[in-house]
Amino acid sequence: MNSTVLAARPPAFLPNWPARLAWIALAAYAFYAASILDVTWDRFVLGLEHGVKFIGRMLPPDTEASKMTLMMRGLYETLEIAVISSALGILISLPLGLFAARNLMPPWVTWPMRFLIAFCRSFHQVIIAILFVKAVGFGALAGILALTVASIGFIAKLFAEAIEEISLKQVEAIRATGASFLNVISYGVLPQVLSRFIGFATYQFDSNLRNSTMVGIVGAGGIGGTMFAAFQKFDYDYLLTILLAIIAMIMVSEALQNWIKKLYQ
Amino acid sequence: MSAPALEIRGLRKEYRRGVPVLSDISITFPSRGITAVIGPSGTGKSTLIRCINRLVEPTAGQILFHGLDLAQLRGKALREARRRIGMVFQEYNLVERLTVMENVLSGRLGYVSPLKAWLRKYPQRDINAAWALLDAVGLTPFANQRADALSGGQRQRVGIARAVMQGPELLLADEPTSSLDPKTSVEIMELMLALADSRRIPVILNIHNVPLAKRFATHVIGMSGGNVVYDGPPEGLTDDHLKQIYGGEDWLE
Repeated sequence: MNSTVLAARPPAFLPNWPARLAWIALAAYAFYAASILDVTWDRFVLGLEHGVKFIGRMLPPDTEASKMTLMMRGLYETLEIAVISSALGILISLPLGLFAARNLMPPWVTWPMRFLIAFCRSFHQVIIAILFVKAVGFGALAGILALTVASIGFIAKLFAEAIEEISLKQVEAIRATGASFLNVISYGVLPQVLSRFIGFATYQFDSNLRNSTMVGIVGAGGIGGTMFAAFQKFDYDYLLTILLAIIAMIMVSEALQNWIKKLYQ
Repeated sequence: MSAPALEIRGLRKEYRRGVPVLSDISITFPSRGITAVIGPSGTGKSTLIRCINRLVEPTAGQILFHGLDLAQLRGKALREARRRIGMVFQEYNLVERLTVMENVLSGRLGYVSPLKAWLRKYPQRDINAAWALLDAVGLTPFANQRADALSGGQRQRVGIARAVMQGPELLLADEPTSSLDPKTSVEIMELMLALADSRRIPVILNIHNVPLAKRFATHVIGMSGGNVVYDGPPEGLTDDHLKQIYGGEDWLE
């Protein structure tokens, strides 16, 4: 081997200085922000002591009969909010997602649709819930409306993206048979995206189930209200009962989702 | 002799303004048998086939199908014309997640309402015809398998069954054998010929394989640079014609 020839070659991997500088800047900013916010090790240790006391007051969980009844009522309402808002959200998202898909629709259709979808996802569920509580009053209706809007913002976008990734060859073949628009959708488009739609829909239900435990904090129905009251009354043992119940509910829904996804593989 | 099933007059297609892929083509297709369109890649063979059922929009010209100008049709009239023209694709274009039976029956989608199609409520006559076609293409045992579980040759058989299921008056095929091995290619050509002959409909296909074209076609259209340079029987196609169509001559030896 002639080493002089090898030495004359340029390096195989060039250093990427802009990226390195960006990483260093990011690390520096993280330390700076921590110092501004008084995040120190001492505070963390002190916080841990508080935490231990807090957990001590949660144990054992409170299972008094009247409180259990109250909790179950809240849980049922949470579940109802999640189911209704998911169903409504998915139903509305199906046409919205289709009309927002740029490979099937002209720009003058997709742009307003994409704007509407982006509008639906511009605020967090809790903020939308606060708006609906002010608009339609306390209770489950506000929660259902808030989570429906949030669902649309999320899954209509995913639906549209899934449709944009389909193979147009299959659509073309169905069009060539002289099929009507709706038949092209149901034979050329839907089969290609159905399993992904099921995935998005179950994911959104899971998400709605967790979010519907939270909208109650701002008065939009469900277990959140009960949970927030327990917080404020320092009822930490009852709080633990509620938290465990929510965990159990999420676990059951997880198992259910896996089963549904298998069904539509 | 009666009016031709398909006649193209002055057909022109420009994907970019001023750059014609097809420049003012006029062809009268025979009403029976296979017409093979041959020519080098990128010469507009595929565009020609796709202009006929308007998967590609022609820029100018007439496409007279039993006297009806397909180039002028819109909306429902276009869909009704498409129902009468079956199409077979190079990459089969089956709906992969549907079963073989659903793919074959999708040939009837121009006749079935959306609700009935969604519920798979096809007329019994169509279902019987689909079973008969599956028998004819030898795929009856695969009826309830998903299309993506089949091999290339089997998929193309489903593609042909779907096109014939339409009960078409014309069968188009866009390079139906280009993705298949030589033996399967011959089988697919034989199948199309048999089905088209038994239904007395003409076939228009484009194909790269000249010997295969000469073997099965009753009429050959040779294209080069967006123009028709040969229009006649396969026996009349000489090496000189092939040189003119494809350019060069080393490949002929």
